[in-house]
Amino acid sequence: MKQIKTISDLEDLRKSILKQRDPEKITIRMCLSTGCRAKKSIKVISALEDELNNQGFQGKVEIKRTGCHGFCEMGPIMVIEPANIFYRQVTSGDIADIVSETILKGNIVKRLLWKDAGTKEYTKTERELPLYKKQKKHLSYNSGKIDPTDIEDYIAADGYSALCKALSAMTPAEIVETVAASGLRGRGGGGFPTGLKWRICSTAPSDIKYIIANGDEGDPGAFMDRSLMEGDPHRIIEGMIIAAFAIGAGQGFLYVREEYPIAIEHLSLAIQKAKEYGLLGNNILGKGFDFNIAINKGAGAFVCGEETALIISIEGKSGTPRSRPPYPAFEGLWEKPTIINNVETLGNIPQIILKGADWYSNIGTSTSKGTKIFSLVGKVRNTGLVEVEMGMTLREIIFDIGGGIRKNRQFKAVQTGGPSGGCIPISKIDMPVDYDSLREAGAIMGSGGMIVMDETSCMVDIARYFLNFLLFESCGKCVPCREGLKQMHHILTNICEGNGEKGDIKALTELGHFMISTSLCGLGATAPNPVLSTLRYFHDEYVAHIYDKKCLAGVCKNLFEYMIDETLCNGCTLCKIRCPEKAISGEKKKPHRIDTAKCIKCGICYNSCKKQAVIVI
Amino acid sequence: MVFEKIDRILEEHEYKHSAVISIMQDVQGIENYLPEDTLRYISEKLELNLTRIFDIATFYKTFSLTPRGRHTIRVCSGTACHLGGAVKNLEQIQRTINIQEGETTDDRMFSLETVNCLGACALAPVMVIDEDYYDAVNPGKIEKILSPYRLEPEV
Repeated sequence: MKQIKTISDLEDLRKSILKQRDPEKITIRMCLSTGCRAKKSIKVISALEDELNNQGFQGKVEIKRTGCHGFCEMGPIMVIEPANIFYRQVTSGDIADIVSETILKGNIVKRLLWKDAGTKEYTKTERELPLYKKQKKHLSYNSGKIDPTDIEDYIAADGYSALCKALSAMTPAEIVETVAASGLRGRGGGGFPTGLKWRICSTAPSDIKYIIANGDEGDPGAFMDRSLMEGDPHRIIEGMIIAAFAIGAGQGFLYVREEYPIAIEHLSLAIQKAKEYGLLGNNILGKGFDFNIAINKGAGAFVCGEETALIISIEGKSGTPRSRPPYPAFEGLWEKPTIINNVETLGNIPQIILKGADWYSNIGTSTSKGTKIFSLVGKVRNTGLVEVEMGMTLREIIFDIGGGIRKNRQFKAVQTGGPSGGCIPISKIDMPVDYDSLREAGAIMGSGGMIVMDETSCMVDIARYFLNFLLFESCGKCVPCREGLKQMHHILTNICEGNGEKGDIKALTELGHFMISTSLCGLGATAPNPVLSTLRYFHDEYVAHIYDKKCLAGVCKNLFEYMIDETLCNGCTLCKIRCPEKAISGEKKKPHRIDTAKCIKCGICYNSCKKQAVIVI
Repeated sequence: MVFEKIDRILEEHEYKHSAVISIMQDVQGIENYLPEDTLRYISEKLELNLTRIFDIATFYKTFSLTPRGRHTIRVCSGTACHLGGAVKNLEQIQRTINIQEGETTDDRMFSLETVNCLGACALAPVMVIDEDYYDAVNPGKIEKILSPYRLEPEV
């Protein structure tokens, strides 16, 4: 393998790769990311290979193993090019039909197309899917299209061109100023201007500097970083190399959650390949610039997403945050100037360098530039990853892209920003999604989790859920966080168990504000947000729990009962058969009854009933 | 035998103190938990205080100081899974195999854990047994999911 030394080397390589390709050749793209893999996509691929071989298609049809398409719920996903046919939930049993009909004759296998649950219409191609239509896929463009284990596939898609441009036609200062002018803000949670962070670090006096890519995606409900690391790892590596050149770092660290084994595998391979091609290591592109990247596996501590804790973890200790200043840009890893950027932030860098700051800053709102990937999950019809322009309204994201709420239930709230974020109610559904609007509404952008809730979601329980999460994840170093969380959690648990008292709401509010103003790091300072935002918008629900002892969402066990609505029950006996406690009685075709003394509220009857006759009172 | 493997891991990481977390992750891969002898051995070989090793072993969730079962059940308790009924699923598992979160069954068949988020939120609620993912789980499915593991012959 010839190493790439100059821009023309890269161009030559790209040309030769593209020359070998036939755009008319049938290519089957199969997703092998965590979501589709969980749904047995590996088995489907091997069945596909066998069938193609049996039918004599060796070499005539290409199978491409890709990263995430974003529509994980519909996995395993298969896209057949050049016709762009989109098949969902493909099983090994469907392969014979796909090969004999679609590959051989060009016919569609209708049962594998995506069908709109509302309009009952089928969609034939990937680009026509409602989930994708309103998206602007800049950052996630390659994911689901290229083979993430093949560096040449990335190079063919303009990969590493930005690196060439940065190293050969720009000075480090010009790169920093381009990133600053683009208006890019950190995608990990805080939203700090990336260019400013780089500028501070690039001027800090030191021979040794470091760059850290934060792939410790800890927010429950967010998985865009995983998808990006699995599906387009070279984009992150390229962003890191450019950042390192801009600030003068010689060593980089990629901190990735241990729970993401495929991401670790793909990034390790990407680093190895980039080295082989001369894009990492010594004297990169013949410019006398040396840079290496090591991977650190996170060991399951949420607080390590906080930058000072992450640094201490890389140093080989238990990751507890320290107070700032000094900021890591002055004094970070091993007390040297260090920048820490989220992997999604770094993934934005190549396109900013390649297309320019003006191009980037024209996307989005006045203070939030570019696109952002959100993980749209929860009680929404179409769940998955969506990349949209900053400033799109919540309604557009949830109803136009997400297709509204499942089972025709009512939208209640959307939770953004993970444990540091808040719940936004229906009255704010037309607000634009950007850093500042979300903050005003009592939530935050965070890493981009968007969890949609309906009337079966209890807002008090959600607040308790996040506090419970943080209670276990708080490192315990500072008193406000350690003790504040404990007390708030204690009060919320009482409320959820039916032991809420007068004065609880006031105590929660006071404790919350106290924690915000006195905690050592961001974990404690944002921990009360889920409580305060639900108190702000769903005060009535707290009152119902404390004073009426009712949880009408059917979540807090002591505060509701299941009952069968005898006018709706058709006596199908399904609930009676499935009830593990034999608490349901009734004859076939006659209304059934639940013995509340025996009922353990496991919810099996509620989920099984096709008539929705099991109700919560 | 185990100590030989540990030596190999230590050598791979060049006995670096900064790599102690990675070393412990790799060592845990041998027996699926970190016995006390192992922790003492690492401390000795790295010339690193045992309190620091123990601090790390108890701070990070990935490490276990007690033996785990043949199969590890991990119930995702991420937000999307929580909303989808992860707690009810967890309770149903607890009733079915008669252990609490963090425990191992007496026959060492199953260990039960929760995990913050597996990043498979679009498939919520999710549970993972060893490497196998199960999506859209509800309490009614638990018995059916668990029973094949019980029948597996011992290796």
